[in-house]
Amino acid sequence: MGREFLEGNEAIAAGAMKAKCDFFAGYPITPASSILHYMLNLVPGAGGLAIQAEDEIASMGFCIAAAMAGRRVLTATSGPGMSLYSENIGLAQMGETPMVIINIQRQGPATGSATKGAEGDIQFTRWITSGGMPLIAVSPATVGEAYELTYRAFNLAEQYRTPVVVQASKEIGVTKEAVDLDSIDLPPIFNRKKANSENPMQHYFEKLNEVPGMLEFTGENIARYTTSTHGKDAYLTTDPERIQEMIDHYVDKIEDAADEMALYEEDVQDGADTLIISYGIISRSSKVAVKQAREKGHKISSLRIKTLYPVPCETIKKAMKGVKKVLVPEMNMGQYLLDIERLAPDSVEVLGVNKMNTYLVSPSEILEKGGLK
Amino acid sequence: MSEYKSYMTEEIGPLPFCPGCGHQVYLKALDKALVKLQPDPKNVVIVTDIGCIGLSDRHFITNAFHGLHGRSITYACGLKLANPELTVINIMGDGAAGIGGTHLLNVARRNIGITLLIGNNFNYGMTGGQHSVTTPTHGVTSTTPWGNVEGPMDLCGTAIAAGAAWAYRTTMFDKELPDIIAKAIQQPGFAMIDCWELCTAYYSPRNQLKKKELFGLLESHELKTGLLVDRPRLEYTVLYKESYEKGGGKAKKKPKIETQFDHNIKKQTGIVIAGSAGQKIKSTATLFAQGGMYSGLEATQKDDYPITVMTGHSLAEIILSPETIDYTAIDEPDYFVAISAEGVKRAKKRIENLPETCILYAEESLELPETKAKVVRLPMNKTAKEVSKLSIGVIALGALLRDTGLYPPEAFGTAISNFQKQKIADINVKALDAGMKMSK
Repeated sequence: MGREFLEGNEAIAAGAMKAKCDFFAGYPITPASSILHYMLNLVPGAGGLAIQAEDEIASMGFCIAAAMAGRRVLTATSGPGMSLYSENIGLAQMGETPMVIINIQRQGPATGSATKGAEGDIQFTRWITSGGMPLIAVSPATVGEAYELTYRAFNLAEQYRTPVVVQASKEIGVTKEAVDLDSIDLPPIFNRKKANSENPMQHYFEKLNEVPGMLEFTGENIARYTTSTHGKDAYLTTDPERIQEMIDHYVDKIEDAADEMALYEEDVQDGADTLIISYGIISRSSKVAVKQAREKGHKISSLRIKTLYPVPCETIKKAMKGVKKVLVPEMNMGQYLLDIERLAPDSVEVLGVNKMNTYLVSPSEILEKGGLK
Repeated sequence: MSEYKSYMTEEIGPLPFCPGCGHQVYLKALDKALVKLQPDPKNVVIVTDIGCIGLSDRHFITNAFHGLHGRSITYACGLKLANPELTVINIMGDGAAGIGGTHLLNVARRNIGITLLIGNNFNYGMTGGQHSVTTPTHGVTSTTPWGNVEGPMDLCGTAIAAGAAWAYRTTMFDKELPDIIAKAIQQPGFAMIDCWELCTAYYSPRNQLKKKELFGLLESHELKTGLLVDRPRLEYTVLYKESYEKGGGKAKKKPKIETQFDHNIKKQTGIVIAGSAGQKIKSTATLFAQGGMYSGLEATQKDDYPITVMTGHSLAEIILSPETIDYTAIDEPDYFVAISAEGVKRAKKRIENLPETCILYAEESLELPETKAKVVRLPMNKTAKEVSKLSIGVIALGALLRDTGLYPPEAFGTAISNFQKQKIADINVKALDAGMKMSK
């Protein structure tokens, strides 16, 4: 027992190692570089390999191939690197490749304020590649949670055969906090399902939302993998029926599991007329705002979402029942707000609390927007 | 084990290439090379790029990996890095060599043991005969209608300049092609073949390029054929393992922090330290926070410094709290420690806006902007000169602990002793003592 004083990036590396990550490729970028440093030091000791690639595109290429060769892979970057990951994320979706991507968000667009915080890559991550297929994105709020959600991201990636993005930010990645990682409860490791020998295909499923077992490049079988439109056997196809079947499969295996995989924290007050929905670093401002509002006699509830995508629609709809106003504070100009707006009944007023000047959205800014001062 | 007579299959039909296309010849030569080497198909991965030649992997009975345009080298390398036992054969055209140029440089430089087979026919066949990085000057393509004004890239020469261990240039008319491919596959490190081909759909008819003219091109480019470089060195994954076995595994475990002292803090308390790079502001702030943790407190730290090292400002923000710290920004500092002029300059606005409740500890010689904070001037520099310049932060925070009693100075000392190297810790323990004795 005992605590450590760790930055989020170090906790992320520890979470990855706890999840038995044995392959890492990355390219330096502020404020994610220290993950590269930690992983280069930690991975070989676990019998794996970690490499600084020539760029972000190669980082993704190495990771996708390594994942298909049986490794549990991680890469880490920030916004500009996510832009370069984009095309390969599409490949990972197409080939159903389990992998974990850390995005230590910084203020953008472009080079932006390279050393400053923001959480401006929320919708970007959801719609990051051509074709618009879903992926999983989780958002930690603390250093301890960065550890926990990185670990869980490996499980989600393996369980659903998909890239999973850990949407942290500079405010978590390079902020140090007192934390005891050993005291954090973790589920057992999910080991990937292997392709069944009766139907040795890369994408064999019976129900559309079923996650296929993997055919790996391990020398034990013949495996096929392709970026081009293909059927279950990973051979090219132009048959519209087979094409649609695969597309439905990519969507359903993620979206159908949205509420099952949802991780969230609720603080419900009976009779609350205001609800704050938040995630990531700003959910901590929300927590303070809720406390202060209640001290002033306001009735207010809070929903903190850890699994941003797929959107846990039922959880959000349920939380909005009975409230008149929903506040959505974000360190961007209103992104997850769009998902909340589409789920809110007409009777509910949805207000964003938005700022992107590199400073945190403060509790008092949330209270002011909500008329709770 | 029975012998493989061919590694190709016609299960999905014959090779789909145009009559006379060089890809056909190249791939059949690859098949013969594999027959010669007799590897287990399960251990062979054919990694293809995008382009006509990218259609080839499915015609082999081996494993197949078909990825994004220009990135096949990265997948081939990823497979080899993850599983060095695999025989990884990477097939691409000149288009892919252009878009993925950086990967070609880097695989050659790293010497990752893949075999790269480039089918070089001077244009993009799949998308309609556009010019590529290897299109000869004056060559006519759909995007160089009056002749190419760009110069062609020497693919082998480029890879050799980047450090390729084994490189071979030849043409589709080379009768030895199967043996050359087999040799390339047998290389433990990176090996590449740049095979010049006819594109009978686009480049050949547009430029009257046949066998004779192809050899003419080699001559006019003053490019040699044959084995251009053969300089074996340790393959990447072998060297990686060796290097780790020699130098790795020495990381020391950091001590965990158990509460040993009591603190005196009732509410979340924000402390800003403003100094210069080279004054150990960041690491001192970390020790100060760890001192708080030894006293049972929660702590956070954020730093602000320029991307360059050893020059400019260095600011650290510490929050100590008896309860969970939710909001990690310090909008109204409780204490502000001004150590250097650079730090003060960086934090000018903040100092001007400090609340009346804030106590500002400042090095006695500093010029400060106007502020409502209560200013305490101390001879930080003078004291540091007597102990160590690098300990000015410890000295300043020692004085702060003495005056405020936030937590016991012994806790700060414990953090210093447990987390710093003995030699530095000894100096900083003295500095802490000096800081606590420092008077106005």
